[in-house]
Amino acid sequence: MTVAFYLAGAVALIATLLVVTRHDTIHALLYLIVSLFAVAVVFYTLGAPFVAALEVIVYAGAIIVLFLFTVMLLNIGHEAEGDERRRLRPVSWLGPGLLAGVLLVGLGVAIAGGATAQTGARVVGPREVGVALYGPYAIGVELASTLLLAALIGARHLGQRRREPDAGSPATAAVVTDGAGDTGPPAALAHDVGDPQPAAADEAPAAPLPAVRFWRRDDR
Amino acid sequence: MAHVPFEYGLYLAAALFLIGLVGVLVRRNLIFVLASIEIMLNAAGLAFVVAGSRWGQPDGQVMFFFILSMAAAEVAVGLALALLFRRAFGSLDIDQASRMRG
Repeated sequence: MTVAFYLAGAVALIATLLVVTRHDTIHALLYLIVSLFAVAVVFYTLGAPFVAALEVIVYAGAIIVLFLFTVMLLNIGHEAEGDERRRLRPVSWLGPGLLAGVLLVGLGVAIAGGATAQTGARVVGPREVGVALYGPYAIGVELASTLLLAALIGARHLGQRRREPDAGSPATAAVVTDGAGDTGPPAALAHDVGDPQPAAADEAPAAPLPAVRFWRRDDR
Repeated sequence: MAHVPFEYGLYLAAALFLIGLVGVLVRRNLIFVLASIEIMLNAAGLAFVVAGSRWGQPDGQVMFFFILSMAAAEVAVGLALALLFRRAFGSLDIDQASRMRG
């Protein structure tokens, strides 16, 4: 089991490095899943099986799948990948990498200066964690649920498509007539997906009309 | 059940956290920035679990639970913002956010 800790730790480090250095978003997210699984193995070897299961179910199962769905929804093409390749030259990552290396050395010195101890004295199972969670930490659980509710409402509010408030009245009128003229969802979808790509190439933020057209018509 | 020194777990957490920090600093794609923030939160949770394992107490795992729920909330709002960002600017390049007006 001690070997499993070192093995999983090495896998986690390598996979996380690959996440940060990939150009393709999907590849990076798949490496992130590998990294999270490796950290789950580390949790298990440290005698924390409950959070190991949570790591697999919530992190890898829910959060990264949400990322993947968003990437698919955004339909990020290969032009973004070329852009990333151009930006990830050594000149751009050398400075932050060196500074982070200095920070890592500082953290390592601070950790090495403390008293040494062994981990994994005993397995802390789900029962103990549940008793602690709903005993002394009950208020924290309530706050976490409130936070999740706030995030739910916030994400729903942000995801709601609405017209830009500063769009002029002619543009708004054009959107409305456009919406009335649409026959069905497939035509609207092709229109929406096809339209912003050429605008994104050179003068994306300056062109208001494609952005306005991108909002959904509210025809309920 | 591994009996590894307490420091090695903290070294692993520190290394993962700094890889995530470099990701936030270097990458310009909003999705990568959010994923790097997830890496950093996960590393912080790992430090809590290592400390909980060191003293054999459930508190570290409880803290990881709270970090997990915060990460879930952050990623939900962050990805909704990424959708809005893409809709407004036509790309996910966070440098374009400097052109925001109001």
